[in-house]
Amino acid sequence: MRNIQKSFSGVVALGAVDLDVLPGEVHALIGQNGAGKSTLIKILTGVYKRDDGEVLIDGEVSIIGSPREAQDCGVATIYQELNLVGLRSVTENICLGYEPRRFGCFVDWPKAHRDAREVLMRFGVDIDVREPLNSYSTAIQQLVAIARAVSLDAKLVIMDEPTSSLDEQEVEVLFAVIRGLKRDGVSVLYVSHFLEELYQVCDRVTIMRDGRSVAVREIAHTSRIELIAEMLGRDPGEIESAGMTEFSAGEAVKGEPLVEVSGIATGRQLQNFDMTVHAGEIVGLGGLLGSGRTEVARALFGLDRLSKGGLKWCGEELKSMKPAEAIALGIGYLTEDRKSEGIVPGLSVRENLSLAILPRITKGWCIDRQQEREIVEHFVSALGIKTADIDQPIRELSGGNQQKVLLGRWLAISPKLLLLDEPTRGVDIGAKFEIQAIIRDYVSQGVGVVLISSEFAELVEGADTVVVLQEGHSVRELSNPGVSEDVLLKAIAEPASGVAA
Amino acid sequence: MLNNDGFDLRRYLRSDMQSVGAWIALALLIAFGLLRYENFGGAYNFSSFLNYNAMFIVISLGMCFVIMSGGIDLSVGSVAAFSSVVAAYLSPHGLSVAMFGGVAAGMCFGAVNAFFIVAMKIPPFIATLATMLAAKGGALVISDAQTIAIDWSSSFTVLGMQQAWGILPWTIVVTLLIALCLWLVLEHTSLGRTVLALGGSEDASVLMGLSVYRAQIFVYLLSGACAGMAGVFLASGFGAGQPLEGIGWELTAIASVVVGGTLLTGGKGSVLATIAGALLLGLVFNILNFENGLGTINLSAYWQMVIRGGFLFVVILLQARVSRPLQPH
Amino acid sequence: MSATPVTTARPKVLIDTTMRNGLIVLLILFVFNSLMTPNFLQMQTLSVNISQVATIAIVAIGMTLVIAAGGIDLSVGAVMALSGALAPLVFMSDSLQASPVLAVFLAFAVALSAALLCGLFNGYLISHLGVQPIIATLILFISGRGIAQVLTNGNLQTFDYPAFSVIGTGKFLALPVQGWLMLFLAAAVYWVVSKTPFGRYLLALGGNEKAALLSGVPVHRVKIGTYVICSLLAGIAGLIVVAINSASDAARNGELMELDAIAAAVVGGALLQGGRAPIFGAVLGAIIIQLVKYTLLANGIEDEVALIAKAGIIVVAVYFQQSVKE
Repeated sequence: MRNIQKSFSGVVALGAVDLDVLPGEVHALIGQNGAGKSTLIKILTGVYKRDDGEVLIDGEVSIIGSPREAQDCGVATIYQELNLVGLRSVTENICLGYEPRRFGCFVDWPKAHRDAREVLMRFGVDIDVREPLNSYSTAIQQLVAIARAVSLDAKLVIMDEPTSSLDEQEVEVLFAVIRGLKRDGVSVLYVSHFLEELYQVCDRVTIMRDGRSVAVREIAHTSRIELIAEMLGRDPGEIESAGMTEFSAGEAVKGEPLVEVSGIATGRQLQNFDMTVHAGEIVGLGGLLGSGRTEVARALFGLDRLSKGGLKWCGEELKSMKPAEAIALGIGYLTEDRKSEGIVPGLSVRENLSLAILPRITKGWCIDRQQEREIVEHFVSALGIKTADIDQPIRELSGGNQQKVLLGRWLAISPKLLLLDEPTRGVDIGAKFEIQAIIRDYVSQGVGVVLISSEFAELVEGADTVVVLQEGHSVRELSNPGVSEDVLLKAIAEPASGVAA
Repeated sequence: MLNNDGFDLRRYLRSDMQSVGAWIALALLIAFGLLRYENFGGAYNFSSFLNYNAMFIVISLGMCFVIMSGGIDLSVGSVAAFSSVVAAYLSPHGLSVAMFGGVAAGMCFGAVNAFFIVAMKIPPFIATLATMLAAKGGALVISDAQTIAIDWSSSFTVLGMQQAWGILPWTIVVTLLIALCLWLVLEHTSLGRTVLALGGSEDASVLMGLSVYRAQIFVYLLSGACAGMAGVFLASGFGAGQPLEGIGWELTAIASVVVGGTLLTGGKGSVLATIAGALLLGLVFNILNFENGLGTINLSAYWQMVIRGGFLFVVILLQARVSRPLQPH
Repeated sequence: MSATPVTTARPKVLIDTTMRNGLIVLLILFVFNSLMTPNFLQMQTLSVNISQVATIAIVAIGMTLVIAAGGIDLSVGAVMALSGALAPLVFMSDSLQASPVLAVFLAFAVALSAALLCGLFNGYLISHLGVQPIIATLILFISGRGIAQVLTNGNLQTFDYPAFSVIGTGKFLALPVQGWLMLFLAAAVYWVVSKTPFGRYLLALGGNEKAALLSGVPVHRVKIGTYVICSLLAGIAGLIVVAINSASDAARNGELMELDAIAAAVVGGALLQGGRAPIFGAVLGAIIIQLVKYTLLANGIEDEVALIAKAGIIVVAVYFQQSVKE
């Protein structure tokens, strides 16, 4: 792919991306959220159309206009959400659209089943291919997806976060399959945020940042720290030389413990996590994409059930919780994705902001409009929300202002604990500082905050304590003052003992 | 079922529990009827039952495909009525012409549905509700709100009023032929499998590069054609095209399809099972008639809809627990 | 970049774009009929039209709520038939001949309780069992009317019972009672949607269910509530129809009403994917559809063709809605 460019409604998603994959190579593609990886993939697989640049396959320019054309060109994709049809048999998922024929237009089922079995055997999978796909584990389903790619004579197999739902053994099987593909001359484009894996299967890596491809490296000659540095645009030398300094106790006046979790797990993404948040304390969660930070917030808010471990609120054990109960306790959760989980697009600023506090401003049957207006206007001015008036539809506001409305929604419940997941994502610098100042203001009045942010500067500046996560485990705790960005980076990048490498 | 090296009874029993249940229930009911009622197994009951239910079986077959693809077609009853009028008008020209005309009329409405749903992206239940209205109106318009008698002297009467080999009504013979063709298409052609994949997951089907539009257009055309054929059966069997018939037929069809084990949400189903479902529903009413005749119960005909609804309810409850979506854990 | 203090809320926008378009269409129809159709501007015509509009509008109001919460209710016609069948059974029973007031009251109570039960049934299937709304409401769609017919043994129940019929044939200030009832119900539901937490929750639920759940909205209760209200309104409409005709025909009461109600709701501005509840829009939609039907009929076009025209309107309205939303 050369100089690929793509914009969505005026917002540049991809600036200038070059990607070169050699035959029989396992090529990694990495980058943080918003770097443009999935957009690039979608262009390559025919879901999106590029605005500029060209795609060359085997040296020839290809126009890929639809998923079918992509497959015909030899590009197959294994999506993270496994786009196969669970109700259909394994064989069908492998050969549908390209079935072997006999007697003209009729499907040659015996041959189809034989071919399917054969392909899967090459991966060391021996299953009954006539059973529905969803009667098998995710790992097997993923291998079926790969089998489809292989049987369609794919020259390039794109794998999007293939190991996110697999356990250790299954990952090994997958890697063996990938190595097998390599031997057969098939190239693999491997997209993942589990950096350790890259060292096990990949040859080269392209790093993307802010919509551009910024570097291409040989995996064997690049250290993990160098990779992270490129992803974030930092200097690896700086990080390398930063040592661990002595930490002194934080300056913040910490009150009673608000929430204590020990050894909690909620599934694949969160496996073993400890943390204590005191009143008046900001605990930052640092870690790479997929390390389990959002899962911590979800667990604290009652969205995911704890499969292991315990949770204490203000000293008392909590068995289980639902979001409405969490809100009643005084916990607010500002989610990561405001579009799909945050704003109600058809409602106004006022209605969005007051959504969580409606029970408190209801007198009898009706909503107390006067009180609602007062509260909303207070937060609109306190947060600097730029809106023509509080009845403006929220979808007309900019992303940053929408985020402020959502923050207002949670500040309005007079929270004891705030779970903020990427609170300043998509917000301009000035607003960012404003939001942070407001948060610190609340904290100084005794509110506890769990802050999740991919921007290390934010964690460093804002958090009193930082809990570092790696792949679902809490591995380290750092205290401010004493945490600098480089120290944080090193803590995140260095594999800690006890974590599966 | 037969899409493998051989018929595997165990797998069939395991995966299609519901349609197996339907067959068993059917067998039990038949046994019950034979034992209890004098004329149940007689030639008259046999052929008239089959003749009457042929219409519903045909419509259910079309509906089965639509539902398997994840859609729904509420217009089949009115389209059947419309086609019955068309067939009646064409009856003087003989069986083939009348049959062709009726089916073609049905397919036109099917094409309208396909256009609304695929091209205009209107949700199927609204689009087909609208077509239902249009077909209803259309039937009344072209028939001037009268029933249109068929030409009794033409070959058209053979279809609905005579039997092959003295015992099997021609309507059922035609129905079985249609069922056979559809079974072939469903189990052994790419188009058929695409219909099922589409109902299982439209997104996945698109990403797998399947010709989704083709499949969607096909099912609605098919449903229209089946409704047309049912209309032809109606006209031929009852001696007249009836613009006001067909009310509630779509619901019978849906109930039959679902009782037979097809998932209402799409992605799973079979031709044979649909026939079992339609026969089962028809048999329930046949038996109720006999029971009424014996005087032991006194169920008015109005119980029909209630019973159909009841069947649907039970099946929905079962399906709500049984269907398992594709989930990475 | 200083914060802009906000002091006044925007004046409530009562008439938005869809409403405005609807009112324009209405005006056109009105003018056309005034010029072309004889007797249009007479009270009699107006009465007849209001009579017919009222039932559709009342059901459409309920349908708008259900659609706003992200669902659909196909059972409204059947519920109409059911409640319309139950009422005469009650007030015509021998034991209640002595006290008409009590009889009517009980009739209403029984009929509307049945409607309420239907709503609970739908709501429970959809919220707790997770069944798709089309499918869940299909059950009553199929069997509700049958239940009504079983109860009445398919008989047409005719009666002469002024205490009951007043809701259908009575007049208040020279206009039919059901017209006032329609306005009252529209105002009541509008009040619920705009002033109560329930209304707000409903809109949030339809607009973004995940966000609603995360904000503590009692999703199950709200969903069941919308279906209950919808069925209750359908029940009222069924009673009105029976009152108008002084007869209850379980086979025809509410026939095809679900389509009319959906059409009125959509024409009135309800978005099929949820999030908007234009209550008065539903009334407007019902009026427009009724006027179109009347325009065709009065100018010599047959009933049957009017059906086709109605189908066309629905398709066009939905299509425009979908394309505007994109």
